[in-house]
Amino acid sequence: MSKTYYDPADLKKFGKISEWDEELGSKFFDYYNSVFEEGALTAREKSLIALAVSHVVQCPYCIDAYTKDGLERGIEKEEMMEAIHVGAAIKGGATLVHGVQMMNKYNKLSM
Amino acid sequence: MQKKSLSARKNNLSNPAEQLKYLSNGIFGAGELPLFQDKAEKTGAFPLKPKKLEILQINLGYMCNQVCSHCHVDAGPDRKEIMTRETMQLCLDVIKKSEAHTLDLTGGAPEMNPNFRWFVEEASKAGIRDFIVRSNLTIIVANKKYYDLPQFFKKHNIHVVSSLPFYKREKTDRQRGSGVFDKSIEALKMLNAAGYGKKDSGLKLDLVYNPAGAFLPTNQQAMERDFKKALKQDFDIDFNELFCITNLPISRFLEYLIASENYEDYMTALVEAFNPAAFQNVMCTNTLSVSWDGWLYDCDFNQMLSLKVDSKSQHLKDFEPQLLQKREIRTSQHCYGCTAGAGSSCQGSVI
Ligand code: SF4
Ligand code: SF4
Repeated sequence: MSKTYYDPADLKKFGKISEWDEELGSKFFDYYNSVFEEGALTAREKSLIALAVSHVVQCPYCIDAYTKDGLERGIEKEEMMEAIHVGAAIKGGATLVHGVQMMNKYNKLSM
Repeated sequence: MQKKSLSARKNNLSNPAEQLKYLSNGIFGAGELPLFQDKAEKTGAFPLKPKKLEILQINLGYMCNQVCSHCHVDAGPDRKEIMTRETMQLCLDVIKKSEAHTLDLTGGAPEMNPNFRWFVEEASKAGIRDFIVRSNLTIIVANKKYYDLPQFFKKHNIHVVSSLPFYKREKTDRQRGSGVFDKSIEALKMLNAAGYGKKDSGLKLDLVYNPAGAFLPTNQQAMERDFKKALKQDFDIDFNELFCITNLPISRFLEYLIASENYEDYMTALVEAFNPAAFQNVMCTNTLSVSWDGWLYDCDFNQMLSLKVDSKSQHLKDFEPQLLQKREIRTSQHCYGCTAGAGSSCQGSVI
């Protein structure tokens, strides 16, 4: 038994999820690959978005994968860090904006 | 960053046999990853056979003014292997005899060979269609005696292919040494001033990109777009094409992979990216590589691994095109570097 829930070697096995459900697995990977193709956004821009989202959803596999992907695409560390701050700002903002709900409730319940 | 070659450091990996052993043991020996031969056999096109010989790549010596950390040649100022004029004469005879339309001079820094200019002058008389010199750029500004190289190249209509690992200082200097980026930019400006890379000048200047670390290069076109934009914007530099080259696990890049504990992941990435279409077009199928002492190899990588051509015609002295044409190309696990993704060769992607 491994001592941690996450094993970096598991990332390589991602494709294996199709083995237990070929149809849904292939649908997912086809979709995934299409999403990252050049479109209205460049593949480079998509890679940076993916990196930011990876941090927001705190997926260690995705962080490894999109850091490497960024390096391969010539994305620089300053760009990567800025992207992560965008993610952090949205996540922090999303926490904080709920403060309005707290304030509303507080005001409603208070005399 | 290392200041000396593996060879000067008496590092084990300076011995090609040790490198080949390393590339066959470990994850490959344990069967975790398939041997190149097994993978290649599945394409039905193994053993690899040469097609028509198009490119003669001549290594003028392992001496270099730089000691880049990814260098598969293990080149450096401390390397003394240099092609003599006698061997160059043999090359000239072979150039005339062979049907290759491209001559590609490499090193080390080929310009450091004391007979470099003589050789270029003689070889350019042989009616070669495309005459390439692989220049590391910094050599042009390394010493006054090299300042006129751009003019010399121009005079002989040389096609200059130069490595610039990235369009930003930090990554370039980390791979090639501090100050390399600024010197490279200076040299590129001199080449541009001579007309190289400029529209309609007919003087070709191509750049070579290779990843500064344990990852693979990506789409060549996208990278060329980024390089062109950045070099134009930041330094007003023009060039023709960008070649993306994958680092092969040989010599100092192998040393780096092992020391940084990236070897297994890197090899896995190469194996997973094996592309049968790239395999069909690997450069050893249309190239012959000649070493400083006149031996023949399937490619510059095999030269560094001491894998001479598998033929009775093994040296310039007994160059027999028909015999060579019948040979089988020698491969090992390093070949995965040529077949990953869009493939990699001295002319960049192969598909
Ligand atoms: S990579 Fe090229 S420039 Fe760098 S040390 Fe090797 S031969 Fe010299
Ligand atoms: S390393 Fe040399 S022999 Fe192997 S595939 Fe590449 S070019 Fe061919």
